[in-house]
Amino acid sequence: MAELIIFSLLNGLVYGLLLFMLSSGLTLIFSMMGVLNFAHASIYMLGAYLAYSISSVVGYWPGLIIAPVIAGIFGALVERYGLRNVHKFGHVAELIFTFGLAFLIEEFVQLLWGKQNLDYREPEILAVPLFTLFDSTFPAYKAFMLLVSVGIFVALLIVLTRSRVGLIINAAITHPNMVGMLGHNVPLVFMGVFGVGSALAGLAGVIAGPVLGTFPGMAVALGPIVFVVIVIGGLGSLIGAFVASLLIGFLQTFAVAIDYSFGDLFTFIGMTLDSQSAISDLYTVTIAQLGPILPYLLLVLMLIFRPTGLFGTREV
Amino acid sequence: MSNVASAMSTSANGSIVRRNAVWLIAILVVIGLPFIFSGGVAIAVLNQMGIAIIFTLAYNMMLGQGGMLSFGHAVYFGLGGYFAIHFLNIMSSGSFVLPLIFVPIAGAVAGLAFGMLFGSFSTNRAGTVFAMISLGIGEMIASSSLIFTKFSGGEEGITADRTEAMPLFGLNFAQEIQVYYMIGGWMILATWLMYRFSRTPVGRLANAVRDNPERAEFVGYSQKHVRFMSFAISGMFAGVAGALFAVNYEIVTEETVNALTSGVVLLQAYIGGIGLFFGPIVGAVVFTLLQTLLSNYTEIWALYVGIVFVATVMYAPFGLSGLIAMHVPVLQAGRLGSLLMPYVKIGVPAVVCGLGLIGLMELFHFTGDRAVGESEKELFGYVFNVDTATPWVLFGVLMVGGFILAKRMGPAVFEIWQEATNFDNSGDNK
Repeated sequence: MAELIIFSLLNGLVYGLLLFMLSSGLTLIFSMMGVLNFAHASIYMLGAYLAYSISSVVGYWPGLIIAPVIAGIFGALVERYGLRNVHKFGHVAELIFTFGLAFLIEEFVQLLWGKQNLDYREPEILAVPLFTLFDSTFPAYKAFMLLVSVGIFVALLIVLTRSRVGLIINAAITHPNMVGMLGHNVPLVFMGVFGVGSALAGLAGVIAGPVLGTFPGMAVALGPIVFVVIVIGGLGSLIGAFVASLLIGFLQTFAVAIDYSFGDLFTFIGMTLDSQSAISDLYTVTIAQLGPILPYLLLVLMLIFRPTGLFGTREV
Repeated sequence: MSNVASAMSTSANGSIVRRNAVWLIAILVVIGLPFIFSGGVAIAVLNQMGIAIIFTLAYNMMLGQGGMLSFGHAVYFGLGGYFAIHFLNIMSSGSFVLPLIFVPIAGAVAGLAFGMLFGSFSTNRAGTVFAMISLGIGEMIASSSLIFTKFSGGEEGITADRTEAMPLFGLNFAQEIQVYYMIGGWMILATWLMYRFSRTPVGRLANAVRDNPERAEFVGYSQKHVRFMSFAISGMFAGVAGALFAVNYEIVTEETVNALTSGVVLLQAYIGGIGLFFGPIVGAVVFTLLQTLLSNYTEIWALYVGIVFVATVMYAPFGLSGLIAMHVPVLQAGRLGSLLMPYVKIGVPAVVCGLGLIGLMELFHFTGDRAVGESEKELFGYVFNVDTATPWVLFGVLMVGGFILAKRMGPAVFEIWQEATNFDNSGDNK
């Protein structure tokens, strides 16, 4: 049991911090421009694919830097030449634009790299177990992921709360017109935030690719979860995104580890259940199987009862 | 877009005979189509089209007419399909007898019930909150369909045999053509009902709530209630489409409730145009044709559909039907001729750009999964050697050059367009 709890905690932490790397950019973009960027997870995928191609030529480490930079430039271009043109048609059109873009990126990735899973691996030096506890090993690469994500979190926090750029960004989130009046180039700030957010998503892809797999469905698998995170955390709140990322990370890893069903509960209190009846699925399903549903259930409940999220001040 | 609005109102204010003429023509077209396109494949495509039309129209009741962007409308389509196929299986087992053509009612009831259930809490607000809740519900139901396999059959799905239902006038629906007429009949009925709904006070209020919810509240209507009505009825018609899907394919799998199906219906509605009632029909027809015909020529058809979609969002937000409707007043004023030359000027570079794009995409696709030693690819009737730079440079230049030229023509064409649509001086505007 102790083994299960410790490793679920560690894995939840790794997964949660990865989610944070994606959600931090997304929540900033959303609170600034009011656009839920459906293509955010696609840029995460793009990051992993780019890193794969780069790493097969010059090795893993240059890819760690180059791929996020390309992803960031790509994101900035999308904002400048795509989103800004669609802006005049309203938020719904912007949402649909990013949705279409996500669809397009997935098709492009399949066009360029094929439909199969890519053999994108962690560097040799990190492909070793870090420590062994109760017969289970914790890979060094996951520790590296932890380190990178924590580093990003700290860096973001410092930039946003302690620097002049952070001050302007924070002001542009709530009062874009006023910031413009004061002589700052707000569209440039938007483009910059979009670019940096995309670069973070790309970086998440680079470090997650070897663990979660590099395949055309990786954006669809993670994208909706990231939305869940930013809604639960509250829009524009970096702390909220952080807490919600960890919450969802733990929720999913612990759910996978719990192999009990509601039927077990009923049997425990002395009821007998017919395992052949038509509704038997309802009580034979285990918590582990329900794992994928839980975040979305949380999302819907949160939007109904507390649309501002845990730490947000504004409604969606 | 005032031109579109005026075009709509003139057609709506026509005499009763003229208004019904549209439906008579539609019925004749549905009856006549199989005589023109009689092959088995053609009938299958037409069936798919009919189902897509109902589903997309139902979707647009929310997006176009109610201003609710849903990312999970496959829920009502898929659940309608599941309930219909279970209903069909119960009928086949002989518990009670009913002709096959009534199966869509089961789908309608299921769609309506789930529409009311989920609509009851998701329609409080429109916009992003609504979109997120619909996404959450969509993902929940899609994941559930893989978990609760007694009901959904998981990835294998639930199958049925439509011929075991009670025969109607000796018809047992073993042939595709019989199913075609069943779908056609339901399509006309559903389309007519949805059109009538959009003309009722509730349908009009849905437009009002879409455009200005606050003002609708001040006039005394609950925006939530109005949205709820649109939502539930949209769910009902999506359920009808799902049931017809179940009847047509005799199988319903988790694919019918998943995010891809939800996405495709959004694509169809948007490409067709969400501003007009008939827009989604155009979208459903065009998309089905692209999906079925284009896929014969190229494996990367979905990529082209995606490009068309993004281009629509960026440059023609009112879709194909919007583009057509924009030209109706120009045509009536007899000024279409003045637009011809500018259209050629912008159209030719645009087509060149498109050709270059297609060429490049096909080259990428070819080099991606070719066999070893294979280096010749036939495109547009010419054979290119993909290992040389020639085709890449050629198509690249075509694409970039065409794009720059078309972009440069843009402002001039727009000016002429504005001149042609300026009716203020001619006095035929009120």
